[in-house]
Amino acid sequence: MFSLENITNLVSTWLYANLDPTWALVVQFVIVGVLVISLFSILGLVLIMMERRVAAWMQLRLGPNRVGPRGYFQTVADTLKLIVKEGMTPDGADKFLFNLAPFIVMIVSMVIMAPLMFAKGFQIWDVNIGVFFITAVSSVSVIGILMAGWASNNKYSLLGAMRSGAQIVSYELSAGLAILTIVVFSGSLQVSTIVESQADGWWLLKGHVPAVISFVIFIIAVTAETNRAPFDLAEAESELTAGFHTEYSGMKFALFFLAEYVNIFVVCAVGATLYLGGWMPFHIGNWTSFNQVMDYIPSSAWFFGKTFFLIFVIMWFRWTFPRLRIDQLLNLEWKYLLPISLFNLLLATVIAIMGLHF
Amino acid sequence: MSFIRQYLSDVISGVKSLLTGMRLTGKYFIKHKETNITQQYPDNRQELFAGLPDRFRGEVVMSHDDNNEHACTGCTACELACPNGTIKIVTKFDMTPEGKKKKAIDKFVYHLELCTMCNLCIEACPTSAIKMAQNFEHSVFDRRDLTKVLNKPGSKVREGVE
Amino acid sequence: MLQDVIEAGNGDMIVNVGPQHPATHGVLHLVITIHGETIKKVEPHLGYIHRSIEKMCESLTYRQFIYVTSRMDYLSSHINNHACALLTEKALQIEVPERAQYIRVIMDELTRLASHQLWWGAMAMDIGALTPFFLAFREREMINDIMEETCGARLTMNYMVPGGVMFDIHPNFVQKVKEFNAHFKQKIDEYDELLTGNIIFQNRMKGVGVLSKEDAISFGCTGPTARASGVSCDIRKLFPYEVYDKVSFKECMATEGDSFARYVVRLEEMKESMRIIDQLIDNIPEGEIQGKTKAVLKPPKGEFYTRVETARGELGVYVVSEGATTPYRIKFRSPGFSNLSALDHIARGQKLGDLVAMMGTLDLVIPDIDR
Repeated sequence: MFSLENITNLVSTWLYANLDPTWALVVQFVIVGVLVISLFSILGLVLIMMERRVAAWMQLRLGPNRVGPRGYFQTVADTLKLIVKEGMTPDGADKFLFNLAPFIVMIVSMVIMAPLMFAKGFQIWDVNIGVFFITAVSSVSVIGILMAGWASNNKYSLLGAMRSGAQIVSYELSAGLAILTIVVFSGSLQVSTIVESQADGWWLLKGHVPAVISFVIFIIAVTAETNRAPFDLAEAESELTAGFHTEYSGMKFALFFLAEYVNIFVVCAVGATLYLGGWMPFHIGNWTSFNQVMDYIPSSAWFFGKTFFLIFVIMWFRWTFPRLRIDQLLNLEWKYLLPISLFNLLLATVIAIMGLHF
Repeated sequence: MSFIRQYLSDVISGVKSLLTGMRLTGKYFIKHKETNITQQYPDNRQELFAGLPDRFRGEVVMSHDDNNEHACTGCTACELACPNGTIKIVTKFDMTPEGKKKKAIDKFVYHLELCTMCNLCIEACPTSAIKMAQNFEHSVFDRRDLTKVLNKPGSKVREGVE
Repeated sequence: MLQDVIEAGNGDMIVNVGPQHPATHGVLHLVITIHGETIKKVEPHLGYIHRSIEKMCESLTYRQFIYVTSRMDYLSSHINNHACALLTEKALQIEVPERAQYIRVIMDELTRLASHQLWWGAMAMDIGALTPFFLAFREREMINDIMEETCGARLTMNYMVPGGVMFDIHPNFVQKVKEFNAHFKQKIDEYDELLTGNIIFQNRMKGVGVLSKEDAISFGCTGPTARASGVSCDIRKLFPYEVYDKVSFKECMATEGDSFARYVVRLEEMKESMRIIDQLIDNIPEGEIQGKTKAVLKPPKGEFYTRVETARGELGVYVVSEGATTPYRIKFRSPGFSNLSALDHIARGQKLGDLVAMMGTLDLVIPDIDR
């Protein structure tokens, strides 16, 4: 099976053979940093383009079709515009916090990428608490949003930030519980072990009903956590104009925007890793020839295919549903998702202890 | 027990209603080639102009024939009929061959920026000298370009139009 | 910013919604007092789009002022024109040929359909669903094309003249209206699929912004807003004009008075409008399209009042005539203004997100409120 493991190992061995170990580590840091930043910007461009195309096709439109072949350079043009645009700081704003907030949100979404396994043997940091690391770090982004809302000196921003705070704090519970279900099944918090445990089948398929329920809850919870419609109360445009980023313009706004899309990518990647087997190809029991054909598809293609499918589902939600109200949003979490996922976790534990899963 | 059944049926019917909506948008997503409804405006200018209905009101024009003659006698019926003061008719006195003075039109001034395309001037015109054209691309860089003189330079009233 | 909150002492915050705000669909300015997310008071401020249409009409003749009223409620411009034409006909006792009456009523109902379709899309956008807007525009475009072909314009049709209509219908008109009706009868189910049945939408709408029957009457609400509260106020039924007494249609009513009732009443009204068109379109009689009128219209001295049912409610036109070619005084009773006055009452105690939904279901058109 094609794998990037050889390349990464080769680079690592070469570096350690030719350089002082400290410098080898530093060079590795630099390579990883460059890779993450370029992935960050490429993902932003691709996902915004994808969102506009999906929206257009669902809304009986064509989508961008002016810049470049079939409009594919539209997002590049938009980025250029945002870079050259003046980034204004409103009078009366808390200037330090106002300028800091977008960077916090952006850095958080970059840091979450660390334990993700993009392909076989291609991972920045295989930490033994990988899944826990993701849940822990992702909750920091709410601080950036609250900071932006408070520092803007705008009532709409403040309302949006408060909504966002209430929303993210509560939805993290059921997202965490949904992740725990898979941790219970696989018996590990390490991302690589969770992926290995799905070599004979994805958890969504072999985890019975609890896995399916926790998958649905996970998708709903991460949609809310990333502030996407129908849970986009923090930036509800018809109520709060643009919510917490009302006062941001230019590149500072773009950072919020990019971070939102990279967050979607990250949570969908986590979903794909936990439920759909990460980079593991699709295998069916004893169909040896079928399984071999599947093995020829590179592992990164599997990973990105699954992730983008989940991203599409989340976009599909956005362009279909109306927005919830703030009290309904919290009701949904505390009265429906949380009890169901608690019960579901119990069920999953029983199944895991009895060894009933495949 | 009935409470739990109620709770579960709420959840299931709710999810079902959401899936119905997603089926519709999903259908449109897959069939996007057929369901597209937007007009590709600058690209389809030719067909768009060809397909405009005859009655479409774009701007007031005065029709001239090959001899550069029009049918406007300068009676100012259109000027009186206009609700917005869009039309201003400047008259002059022509000398007829018999040596009499005859009132004739000098300038038919039309302020496109004031016009609401209500068609009252066309209805009022006794000689059908003016009509509505189908052009709708009226944006200009200079506001003065919107004040138009409808009778062409050197044109005169067609013989026999009173 | 927070200085005024601290000074108020009770945690109340005053927020300006508008005049530039995505949810007000125009330049309506609402000063709302909120406590957290809960609304305590809504104060509408008008005047940002005041064009003094009433005063303008006083300097225009009875033929001319009809077309200014297109700019009041631009979504039902044809019905506004209809009200003014009816007034002149009443004052001068002009006989309108039956063919013209049929055409006028069909056009009225098409305008009502187009207006309700736009409302449906815009209201869905207010509560965060963006796709319905394009579905609504797909159908509305067909109506606009029909209007363009027969009347010569898409939005401000200017098709009415005192005594009849300006042109005869286009040869394709009957065919196209039938096609539209067949198309829309299928597509209106999609409206239900996408929005009406949706659990999020129902939760957002049901029990929100309840306007009781007594309040609806005392605020002077008309149209679908009042009918959703159980007030029978359809001018087409109560004071039939033109050929409305010859067609059978239902006055759509509900009793709940909440946002969902207003939504359902408007959807039902679309179906009823299609029924009216179905009954009339095959039976347009032959004959004249304009009654006999003098070149200069001079109504006798006196006061005249006519009313019609627009897409938003009752539009009344009141004219004091001195026997001259222009009205001495003209006053429009616009439905939007009265409906807006109920907003403060129904919004108190609701959440901020609901304010937008309520404004959507009241179907406010700002130039109609603020002539």
